[in-house]
Formats: sequence, C-alpha cells, structure tokens
Amino acid sequence: MERKIRILIAKPGLDGHDRGAKVVARALRDAGMEVIYTGLRQTPEMVAEAALQEDVDAVGLSILSGAHMVLVPRIIELLRANGQDKVIVFVGGIIPERDIPELKSMGVSCVYGPGTSTVRVIEDIRGMIDARIQLERE
Amino acid sequence: MDWVGALQSGNRLAIARLLTQVENDTPQGRAALDEIFPHTGKAHLVGVTGAPGVGKSSLVTQIAWACRHPADGKAPRTVAIIAVDPTSPFSGGAILGDRVRMRDLSGDEGVFIRSMATRGALGGIARATVEAVQVLDAAGFDMILVETVGAGQSEVEIASLTQTTIVVEAPGLGDDIQAIKAGILEIADILVVNKADLPGADQTVLALRAMLNLGGSPAGELHHGFPTEPETPARHAETDVGWEVPVMRCIAIKREGAAELLRMVDAHYQYLRQSGELRQREWGRILLAFDRLVQQTLVERWRKSATPERIENVMQKLYRRELSPYQALDILVPETTPRLEVEERQQQR
Repeated sequence: MERKIRILIAKPGLDGHDRGAKVVARALRDAGMEVIYTGLRQTPEMVAEAALQEDVDAVGLSILSGAHMVLVPRIIELLRANGQDKVIVFVGGIIPERDIPELKSMGVSCVYGPGTSTVRVIEDIRGMIDARIQLERE
Repeated sequence: MDWVGALQSGNRLAIARLLTQVENDTPQGRAALDEIFPHTGKAHLVGVTGAPGVGKSSLVTQIAWACRHPADGKAPRTVAIIAVDPTSPFSGGAILGDRVRMRDLSGDEGVFIRSMATRGALGGIARATVEAVQVLDAAGFDMILVETVGAGQSEVEIASLTQTTIVVEAPGLGDDIQAIKAGILEIADILVVNKADLPGADQTVLALRAMLNLGGSPAGELHHGFPTEPETPARHAETDVGWEVPVMRCIAIKREGAAELLRMVDAHYQYLRQSGELRQREWGRILLAFDRLVQQTLVERWRKSATPERIENVMQKLYRRELSPYQALDILVPETTPRLEVEERQQQR
C-alpha cells in the first residue's frame, strides 16, 4: 500500500468562518491526500490531540480572528510535547505581514493569506513532505 | 521496538504510529502485528453502520460518552473509535470528517479516535480496519467502536469484523418494502432509530419491528452468513433462547437513549458469551479474515508475476475479440500457480 499524506485541517479559536479551511481541505483531497477536518472552534489542546491520534504529516491552521500569535505558539508547543516535533505546520487566514517572520521563527513552515492559489499550497506541502521522507530514508 | 509494552503502557504516540504502519501495510507494521496478535481478543468489538446522514458519528460519540460516564456507579470503560470515510475513486484523496461530531469526547484520556479512509475497499470499511482493530485491542481498550462509511444496502462487511452490530436508521428514509430487502438490516444485532424526535419516527420503528416479526427468529446453519464452528452444537442449545433484535429510539444530539443503548450493547455481549455464540462468531471471523488475506496476497503475487506488457498484450487480444475472457484467464492465470511453471509455459508459447 502506498504511503498516503495525512493532513489535519483545524480551525482553532473563536471565529466561525470556515470557508477557507474547507476550500483548502477540498483541494488537498483532490490532490490525493487524506484530510482530517475537525470543525469550528477548536482549542489548541483539541488540535494537538487530533494531530496525535491521527498521526498526521502536517497541520493546517485557519485563523481569521487575529489570535494567531497566541494560538499558533501554543499548538506548536503541545505538538512538540507530544513527540510530534517533525509535523509540518502551516497557517492560513488573515495574518498581518509583520507577524509572519515571528510565526516562522516559532516553527511555522508557510503562511497563506487571502487569494493564495490552492495549487501553491499543494505544491508546498508535497515538497516539504517529500523532503522529510527523503531525510528519514537517508 | 517493543510494541506490546508500548501499546499496553498507553503510549498514544506509539498507538498512532503503529496504526499508520498497519494502514500502509509496511513490513514493520506486519512484524508488529505478529508480535501483538497473541494479546488481542479481549475488547468488545462494536460496529455501527447505516446510511449517510442518519447520525452514526453522533451515536458513536454518545455510546462512547456513556461508557466514560456510567450512570450506575460502575468504573468507566476505555473506548477506541475507528471512523471510516470514503476515499475518492478519482483522486485517491479523502475528507475524514467524523471527528467534527465527536467534540464531546475531546480531552478524555480514556478515548482514542482514529479516522480511516476506505482506500478503495467497497464493503463499508477499509482494508486495514481489521488490523487497526487488532492494534487497539492489544492496547487494552475495553470497547472498540467501528463506524462504517455511510452504507447503502449491501455494505455488510462490518458484521464479519465486529461482535455486536448496530444498524442505525432515521425517519423518512424508506417504506416497509425497503425494510424487508436483503442486506444491511439483516446484519443488525440492535436496530436504532435515531433522530426519533422527527416526524415519521413511529412509522419507522413499526416498519422495522414488522420486518423483524416476518422473519421469526433468525435461526439456521449460517448466522450472518458465517460458517459455524465445527465442534459447536446447534445454536442456542445451552440457553434455548435466541437473541431478539431490539428496535431502539435515540436522539443522539440530545444524548437521549444512549445509556439505554449501551445497556443493550452490554446485554448482547453477555448473551454472546453465555450462549457460546461469541466463540462461534470468532471462529467465523477468523476464517473470513484469513480468506480475505489469502485473496489479497494471491492477487498481489499474481500482479508481480505477470509483466504489465504481457497483461496489456492479452488485454489487447481480448479487446479485439481474438480471445474470450476465459481464454485470457487461462493464459494469464494458469491453473497451477507456481511461478516457475508459469514462466516455462510463457516461454513455450
């Protein structure tokens, strides 16, 4: 059986707008990936727990509430505490330009704003996961 | 790696990683299954199936919740859930969305939820669901709930995997003729009418009860189509009383009826053990699972033994009507399977 890419798409925080998350989930599905979607208003603990149980390769966080500088570091901290330090984290939503460097320094691989092409998201994720698998083999 | 130790110590990362290995059918996954298999066979395996949208995920959540919060002062039981959703036949991808309905269980250390895609299997569960259940069983969960994909009428494979099968219906899905058709209703040990507060719930309950009464008790040589265990005397000889399939009402999103449903699930498990049917089903389950494994392995071996060019070549002849399907079969899958012989014959041709 071939190795499938498994991705958690989560919406932490309190905003109730998940169209972006669903568009990305659907695009990843059409790219042949298995996407676990957990629904609205997840706490960082719920996101990390789902990532652990589902043993995902990547976690995509959709945040439009402006709380990303609180939610993202907490989720990354929990993922690491669970032993999932190799999981790729990407963020989408309304993220001001000035926050991106700090998010990346925390361990976020990519940040996607409104209007990002889903093709780019798919290519980025495939590239990162392939590179990681390559590393594991060596 | 000591998988048994890791699983039994409740290492959730180890459980999750082994599930991935098993799902991808890796050599490591197979080796681990060899190691853990003697430690399986302890959990109560419960299947939940039904049409899309009847509320399977919500109901599974509430059964698990009832296990975790027993009203009768008993100790809470640990629960693992495998929730299966379909793989797209076009892209190979999947959206696994059952966790959306399972929020009530988040943060509970005694619950482990895993989503699985069917990856091309058609029986309502994934090919590796059997093996995933073994992993969770060895990890010591008291109950393992397997939720199938939204099943139509003939996705009955779940019954060959689990000990207690719950078939979920909802009001307004069909008339009394739907209820007497063969298929999914026949595998039920417990029938649940979910969304019982919707109009039409009474008629649905009545139609299901009438369907059950038409059949009398489901006795016979083959229960659920399983071969019976050779040494076991006729069914229910010890008790003389069969299991009467109950029709229960639930409103999963209001948590109504879940405690009663769990009591019925427990009663069914007790019945299985006392009547000797548990052993009988286990025997059937093992035969079927092994049979499937043989089929899978033979097909894989055959694919490796015949080159794609050769298959293509014969398929072309089939397409041009130069060969019939059976003639093509004789060429590509000769009666004697040993590979050397096949290759010799290929050279002679």
